[in-house]
Amino acid sequence: MSAHVLQSNNSIYRRRLLQHRFGILLSISAMSIGISALLWILAVLVINGLGAIDLHMFTHTTPAPGSEGGGLLNPIVGSLMMVGIATLISTPIGIFAGMYLAEYGDESRFAQTTRFVTDIMLSAPSIVIGLFIYAIYVANVRHFAGWAGSYAIALIAIPVVVRTTDNMLALVPSSLREAAYALGAPRWKVATMIRLRAVKAGVLTGILLAVARISGETAPLLFTALNNQFFSVDMNSPMANLPVVIFQFAMSPYDNWRELAWGGALLITFSVLALNIVARLLVRSGKNN
Amino acid sequence: MSASSPEGQVSSVAQPGYTHAASDAKWQDFLFHKITFTFAALVLLVLAGIMLSLIIGAWPAFQHFGPGFITRIEWDPVNNEYGALIAIAGTLITSGLALLIAFPISFGIALFLTEICPAWLKQPLGTAIELLAGVPSIIYGMWGLFVFAPLFADHVQPLLQNTLGEVPVIGQLFQGSMMGIGMLTASLILSVMVIPFIASVMRDVFETCPGVLKESAYALGCTRWEVVRFIVLPYTRIGVVGGVMLGLGRALGETMAITFVIGNAHKLSWSLFAAGNSIASTLANEFAEAEAGLHMSSLYALGLILFVITFIVLAAAKLMLLQMGKSEGSK
Repeated sequence: MSAHVLQSNNSIYRRRLLQHRFGILLSISAMSIGISALLWILAVLVINGLGAIDLHMFTHTTPAPGSEGGGLLNPIVGSLMMVGIATLISTPIGIFAGMYLAEYGDESRFAQTTRFVTDIMLSAPSIVIGLFIYAIYVANVRHFAGWAGSYAIALIAIPVVVRTTDNMLALVPSSLREAAYALGAPRWKVATMIRLRAVKAGVLTGILLAVARISGETAPLLFTALNNQFFSVDMNSPMANLPVVIFQFAMSPYDNWRELAWGGALLITFSVLALNIVARLLVRSGKNN
Repeated sequence: MSASSPEGQVSSVAQPGYTHAASDAKWQDFLFHKITFTFAALVLLVLAGIMLSLIIGAWPAFQHFGPGFITRIEWDPVNNEYGALIAIAGTLITSGLALLIAFPISFGIALFLTEICPAWLKQPLGTAIELLAGVPSIIYGMWGLFVFAPLFADHVQPLLQNTLGEVPVIGQLFQGSMMGIGMLTASLILSVMVIPFIASVMRDVFETCPGVLKESAYALGCTRWEVVRFIVLPYTRIGVVGGVMLGLGRALGETMAITFVIGNAHKLSWSLFAAGNSIASTLANEFAEAEAGLHMSSLYALGLILFVITFIVLAAAKLMLLQMGKSEGSK
């Protein structure tokens, strides 16, 4: 700033420079707040949770109240099953709906409404989804069940897959599609074999993001899958799952329970963040090609 | 975008083989349209289903208490008296405060990422902020309850009480016992949780500001702060408001973190240090154990109110961001 010397006596200039520095300082501190919040949370998780993570945690079931030791085998298996089934449900629905939006989105009012609603459902309170599944499923079969938990988180995953699929398909250059049309390919073939195939990586990203999103969801599981103290792979009965076990154990008075809660929290957070990072890398490598 | 399918031309060719293939393609296309349409319709169906099931569930409560349910203060499962006011107030107050805190910070972050940050740092720092959104809500709750709240009670709350607490009128907000948990703690945790959402929308809309506009301002001798404050921010106003509304929508429905730190007490107090309750935390605490009947119905009613409020807020956010996208196209 060469003007600095010339105008350093100018009070207006001095005020503007002060404002500028103040603004930049504020911006840098805002950034530091964000980054330190993330690092703080991760540090807390590592400090409190690392002690609980060992082979024992993966091979033993949750301890009864007052008993020593124990692990997280049943919630880990329960979570994997529920997330797995929810992914199997939401992936085809999400991809087909996403294809519809991308293919017919600009032609029909219905598609535009769907796109709008999907965006809203993306941020809708997850606990309300739990209420919905409770009302239509749990209240009718009269018991909590792993299936109910799967359905609830599948409903949360669907909008994520729809939105990413739709967004990714929109990136496919129309020249590619027009070339296929010019060869006489019907629309469904162009949509599935040309357009969808061109964005495989992007669609996979959407699925990974959806898995990351639902892996940590607790609220919708509270009154759908509930919890199970024992090892169970029966989707028709209450099922242990990591988020709810973490919730109950963290609030408990037993030391070994709370330690397990921290261990589970560390496990779940790092898996979710790893999924997020992998998804991002995937979409970046897809863009470079 | 509407590349028309070519079967029209093909069928005009008078060879039987081609027409056969073309009519095949025609009904295949028809089928493809119907199948994908069905799946898309599922999304709308789910929305309608949620609304309907909540209304059916909430009906007995509204029938019993009337529309006054929304403004009733009592929430007493023992005597079967229910009203939504405290939960609604708790939800709105915590979300509102969270936005007040999150807005300037998100603005700062977006400003840093678009205007100040060196190019090589943009990607890692941007990802780090987005990862904040990836941390599960329950983790924020544990961090808030076991790490943040004790520190807050020991260091920040006495400070607030001794300074702002002495000020007339607003001093009331900072009275009471300093437990660490309560409405203010819930708002603070909530603000950290919504920062990534608001910041990422702001960053995206800031980047839509044409370089020519900014460069013209720089050429006139504007400082970087002035460019952002007087050029970028006015240009992207609608998008910024849309981002804030999106954050609000997220904050309103946030459940687990709030359940950990809000204190879960059905009372309304002037003090932000006091324990309170939000709609989502009430649902999380009581629904699984609620008896069928008025208690459960009242909880459904709370869920319905929450869903309607968030729906309106999110719809407004979406409309604003859409308008932002449109006006960008016309320029």
